[in-house]
Amino acid sequence: MGNVMGIIRLDGANSMLKELCEHRPVAALPIAGRYRILDFAMSSLVNSGIDHVGVLVSKKARPVFDHLRSGKDWDLARHRDGLAYLPNDGENGNTTALAGLYQNIDFVMRSSAEYVFLAQADTVYNIDFRHVLLFHQNTGADITMVYCKAREDLPGEAASMQIAENGKVTDIAKRMTSTKGSNDFMGIYLMRKDTLVKLATSTFERGGNSMLVDGIIRHMDNFSIYGYEHKGFTARINSTMAYFNANKAILNPDIWNELFMSEHPIHTKTKDAAPVQYKNTAKVTNSLIGNGCEIYGEVEDSILFRGVKVAEGVKIKDCIIMEQCKIEPYAMLRDVICDKNVVVSEDQWLKGAENYPLIIAKSTVI
Amino acid sequence: MAEPGAELSAGVSFMSKTTCVAMILAGGQGSRLGALTKKIAKPAVPFGGKYRIIDFPLSNCANSGIDKVGVLTQYRPLELHNYLGTGDAWDLDKSDGGVFILPPYARDKGADWYKGTADAIYQNLNFIDMVDPEYVLVLSGDHIYTMDYAKMLAAHRANKADATIGVFEVPWDEAPRFGIMNTDEKDGRIVEFEEKPAKPKSNLASMGIYIFNRDFLDKYLREDATDENSSHDFGKNIIPTMLKNQARMYSYAFEGYWKDVGTIESLWQANMDLLQDEPPFSFTSAWKIYSNNPSLPPHYLGRDAKVTCSMLNEGSMVMGEVDHSVLFSGVKIGKGARVTNSVIMPFTVIEENAVIDHAIVAQNCVISAGAHVAGAEGAIAVVPEGETITAEQASVGQQVS
Repeated sequence: MGNVMGIIRLDGANSMLKELCEHRPVAALPIAGRYRILDFAMSSLVNSGIDHVGVLVSKKARPVFDHLRSGKDWDLARHRDGLAYLPNDGENGNTTALAGLYQNIDFVMRSSAEYVFLAQADTVYNIDFRHVLLFHQNTGADITMVYCKAREDLPGEAASMQIAENGKVTDIAKRMTSTKGSNDFMGIYLMRKDTLVKLATSTFERGGNSMLVDGIIRHMDNFSIYGYEHKGFTARINSTMAYFNANKAILNPDIWNELFMSEHPIHTKTKDAAPVQYKNTAKVTNSLIGNGCEIYGEVEDSILFRGVKVAEGVKIKDCIIMEQCKIEPYAMLRDVICDKNVVVSEDQWLKGAENYPLIIAKSTVI
Repeated sequence: MAEPGAELSAGVSFMSKTTCVAMILAGGQGSRLGALTKKIAKPAVPFGGKYRIIDFPLSNCANSGIDKVGVLTQYRPLELHNYLGTGDAWDLDKSDGGVFILPPYARDKGADWYKGTADAIYQNLNFIDMVDPEYVLVLSGDHIYTMDYAKMLAAHRANKADATIGVFEVPWDEAPRFGIMNTDEKDGRIVEFEEKPAKPKSNLASMGIYIFNRDFLDKYLREDATDENSSHDFGKNIIPTMLKNQARMYSYAFEGYWKDVGTIESLWQANMDLLQDEPPFSFTSAWKIYSNNPSLPPHYLGRDAKVTCSMLNEGSMVMGEVDHSVLFSGVKIGKGARVTNSVIMPFTVIEENAVIDHAIVAQNCVISAGAHVAGAEGAIAVVPEGETITAEQASVGQQVS
C-alpha cells in the first residue's frame, strides 16, 4: 500500500483513567502483559503495508518517545518515509489533536500518499487496513469510518453511528455510555489525503475543536460517509473498567489467538527479558505471564507484565500487575491494578472489587 | 614510559574500537547432536527457551565492548544467516563494524571449504586486514557461558603475551577428555599442552577461547597453510607449534558456568541446569543475553494448567501439565498432556493427553493426542524438526521416527 499513510492520535479519555494516566497518555498505557495500547494501531498500520506513519504527539509524551524511538520495532526506521513525530506546540493553549493536525498539515500535504488513515491509539484491535481501503474504494465514499458492534453495555464515551443497509452513515451521536449492539465508532477514519487536508484546515480555521463533532457531525450532508464494520475483537480503553475488562477478555484463548497469533503480529519494543521461571511452589492458572517473571506463589485470572517477582505464599487473583513489581511472601492481592515498580510487602492484603479495582500508583511501596 | 593500556587491571574493562576483532567459528555441523543438526548448523540450535547457542558468544562480545565480530559459517548456514540478519538483535548493526558473516568463498584459482579451525581464520586474513585490529579473539560458537572478554584482553596485555588461552578447571576424572594446559603456578604461563592426556598433569582445560596478537597470529597461520601434513586446527597444530617455539603463551582462568553442548545429553543437561533453584547464571542480571525473536505475546496458562519448575517463553499456550521442562516460543500443550524433564523447541504442538518425558522435541513437531515420547537420563529421546508422532508409534530408543 505505497500510496497510503497513517497518522495516529495519542489522545483519549485521559480523565476517565486518572490514576493510570496521570503520567502517560492513554495510548502509552501498558496492556496485555507486554504491550502499550498504541501498539495495536501502529501494528495494524504497518502490517497493512503502510510505511509512512505520523504520530501526533500530545502532552506527557515521553513514554511514547521512549517506546517508539526510531520506529525500528515497527520497521519504520527508514531512509524513505518511515516514522515522523508531529509535535503540537500548544499555541494559544490549544492542545487538541485537531490543532496538532493543523499545525502539521504540511507533513500530510508533502506526502506522496493518496489516502490517509487517521487513527486514535486508545483501542485494542488487529485490523488489516487493506480490507478497509478496498471497501472505501468500492463504495466511492468520501470518508470511511471504522466501527464495531458493542458487545455489552459499557460506561464510557462512545460515538454511536446509524448505518443504512448499504453501509452509508446517516447519523452520528456522541454518548456517555455505550449500549450492547450499538455501532461504536473506533476512532479510525480513512479518506483521500486532499479530503483530510481540506477537512482539518477548514474545521480548525472556523474555531473547531474536534474533527468528529465540528468537522463531520455538523456537516454530515457535505460528505458521503460509509461505515466499515470490524468484526474482530475490539476494546476501546476509555475508562478504568474498560481497561480492566479488556485485559480480562484477553485471557480468553480465542481472543488471545485472534489478536496476537495471526500472520499479522502485534509489534512492540523488545526488552530481551528472560523466559519465565516457574518454581516448585508455583500455581498459575488462567493467566498471562510476561517474560522475566519469577513465580513462587499463586496467580489466578491475572496478567503479569515483565519482570514481576511473585514470592512464596503469595495469592494473586483478578489482578493486573505491571512491570518490575515485587510481591513479597504471603501478600494477597485481589482485583488490584499495580502500576510499575510497586512493592507489596510481606503479609500485606490488598483488595479492590470486581467493578472497582484498587489502583496502586507507580513505584509505591506498600 | 608505560605503554597505554599496559596497566589495565582486571577491574578496568574498556575496549577501543579497533583494538580487538572477534572471530566466531560457527561452521561446524555438530554431528553428535544428531537429528537436531540435520538441517541447521550447531550454533543455530535452540537453547534455554529463548536463545540459540550463538547468542552466548555474540552477547558476550556486545557486552564486552567488541563491536566487530566475524561469524565464520559453513555447514547448512541458511537458518543461522537468517537468524543473524543485520546483527541488530545484539546491537551489532553498526555503520562501521558490527557483525560480518564470513562463509567460504571462491577465488580466481577456485574455491576451498574451510579445512579446519585455523584454516577458516587463515582464509579470512583479508577480513582481519580490512578491520585492522591489534588483537584477534577466536571463539567457538558451541558453548554456553557468560564472559567479559575485555578482562581477558586486559590480562593478555598485562602479561605482554603473544597468545592467551582461556582455561577452565574440570574435575580431574574428566581431564582426559579435554585439551589440557600445564601452567606455571606463579603467573599462569603455559609450559605444556596435552591433547586428551591419559595421565593429566593439570586439570585446566582449554575452552577454545584464544586471544592473539594480530601479527603473531598472521605469521603462524600463513606458515601452517603451507604445511600439507597439518590438519589446520588450532588445538592440534597452531597452539602446539607456538608452544614449541617458546612463544609467550598465558592461560586465563575462567570462573563460572561453562558448558559444551555438543551432545544430546549435554544439551539436555544444560537446559535442565537452568531449572535449578539457583540457576547457574541469571538471565536477568546485568550481563544480558540478547536474541532475535519473533513478536509474540506473553504465554497463556489455562484453567487446568499446572506448571512447576519450568521455564516458558512467549507465545505458548499451556492447557496441561509441565514440570521440570523448558518450553520455547509458541508451544502448545493440550489438555491432559504431561511434559516432564523435557525440552520443547519452538512452535511444536503437544496434543491432548500426550506424554513427553526425558525428551528433546525439535521445532515445528506435532505429538498427536495420546502419543508417548519417553526417554531416560543417559538416553534422551529426540524428535527431529518437523516430525509428527502418532499414538501408534512406539517411543523406543533414542531417536523417534
